[in-house]
Amino acid sequence: MIRFKKVFKAFPKDSLALKDVTFHLGRGEFVFFTGHSGAGKSTVLRLVYADQLPTSGSVWIAGMQTAELRRRDIPKLRRRLGIVFQDFRLLEDRTAEENVAFALEVTGSRRGAIGPKVMRVLTQVGLAAKAHAYPRELSGGEQQRVAIARALVNDPLVILADEPTGNLDERATRGVFQLLRDINATGTAVILATHDLDLVRQTDYRTIELKDGAVVYDSGQDSAAVAEEAR
Amino acid sequence: MRLTLREALLSFRRAPLLSGLAVTTIAFALSVVGLFVLVALNLRETLAQVAERVEIVAYLERGTPVDVVTVAMGDIQAFPEVEEVTYVTEDQALEQARRELTEFQGVFSELTQNPLPASLEVRLKPGFRDAAHVTAVADRLRGFRFAEDIRYGGDWVQKLDRLRSIAAAVGLVVGIAFGAAAVIIIGTTIRMTVLARNREIQIMRLVGATDGFIRRPFVLDGAVKGALGGLLAIGLDYAAYRAVSSSLFAASFFTPAQSLAFVLIGTALGFLTSAVSVNRHLPPL
Repeated sequence: MIRFKKVFKAFPKDSLALKDVTFHLGRGEFVFFTGHSGAGKSTVLRLVYADQLPTSGSVWIAGMQTAELRRRDIPKLRRRLGIVFQDFRLLEDRTAEENVAFALEVTGSRRGAIGPKVMRVLTQVGLAAKAHAYPRELSGGEQQRVAIARALVNDPLVILADEPTGNLDERATRGVFQLLRDINATGTAVILATHDLDLVRQTDYRTIELKDGAVVYDSGQDSAAVAEEAR
Repeated sequence: MRLTLREALLSFRRAPLLSGLAVTTIAFALSVVGLFVLVALNLRETLAQVAERVEIVAYLERGTPVDVVTVAMGDIQAFPEVEEVTYVTEDQALEQARRELTEFQGVFSELTQNPLPASLEVRLKPGFRDAAHVTAVADRLRGFRFAEDIRYGGDWVQKLDRLRSIAAAVGLVVGIAFGAAAVIIIGTTIRMTVLARNREIQIMRLVGATDGFIRRPFVLDGAVKGALGGLLAIGLDYAAYRAVSSSLFAASFFTPAQSLAFVLIGTALGFLTSAVSVNRHLPPL
């Protein structure tokens, strides 16, 4: 479903951010991207949600090659992705409910359909009771749950999570991680970029390690994906 | 559309201080331009009033028959520059002199014979009240055999001409400078309000809002701020106008159509500068 093929990414005045990155992520898969900060984890995610285009090589998402997308097609791609960041990126002057609804409103959803959908995902992340709270009234873990609810509300193919637990204490980290696992269990793929190796060790999910922009380890290398990559 | 409207109006509620500041800044920038335009309009009106006094007088040879004068008046009236020709007889001239030059009352009463000649007073149409046209018409009048002397205050008309061209040049240069300053100030102000919502723009992009969808509430917000700024500017200018015309001299204010145009210019500026500013936050791929 997500395929990187010999992807290089260079930023101006910078060494290569990604070097010859190739991997394939199947539908419903859970994969960790690990590595030190600056290793290229965030760049991989930005290439997935077409915030950046590869300098060379190709990135395919659900059958679309990002470099060939027209500008107006990119929002359509992003509506099929759920994106979560370390800093939550919530609108401070809107309640949890409004933050989640925002993702539906900007995509032109029918007004009547928004309310029930928002409550469904807020319930899923365990925050139905705090629907009317503003971000400042929520803990870090709760804010991240709101962000995950917002990512979920458009029924994405994949959740892209860039260091989602980076700002959270241990307990909140466990909660958010469990939430992502639960979401994955319902069939949504998850890409989780993190440098928290404790998290990685807890499970036997596929792990891709980046170092200086290159893939140095891929635990899924001997899986079916290898055959795909070779093509 | 409803959402666009709601988002645009929300910006006033969410950031009342910034929004208020933006409207006030736009209002001051526009009111300065407005004041300048008012000064220019009033100056132009005054100069036009002065120019109405531009007149060419042809003094007639004594004893010129009335029918000759009548024919000549028809010819002169046919000049493209001429608005009106008036025949002033010798008696009328004396009458007028008696009335206007009261300090010479003694001289007039001792007269046994009228020393004043009859004359033709020629007034030019509005577009022709400058030195070049006045001289040209005066030269043509000299061609009439009965015209003894032609007077038109050449010096005075030339000075008026210079005053007019200086006013026009200064008006153009200062007007452009004020206009440019206003555009820059409004542009910067609107950019600030857009910048304050950069986070929101980036979140909108992430959740899959189209560029058009992101842009719409901002340009609407910019247009509303521009319109409010324009209205407030008209108010400020009106206050200044009232203060000046009640204490110093009678001036004229914008017509309702001009005021409306002024508000519309503010609206357009708000609209355009916000469109440009939002685009800066929508990076090219």
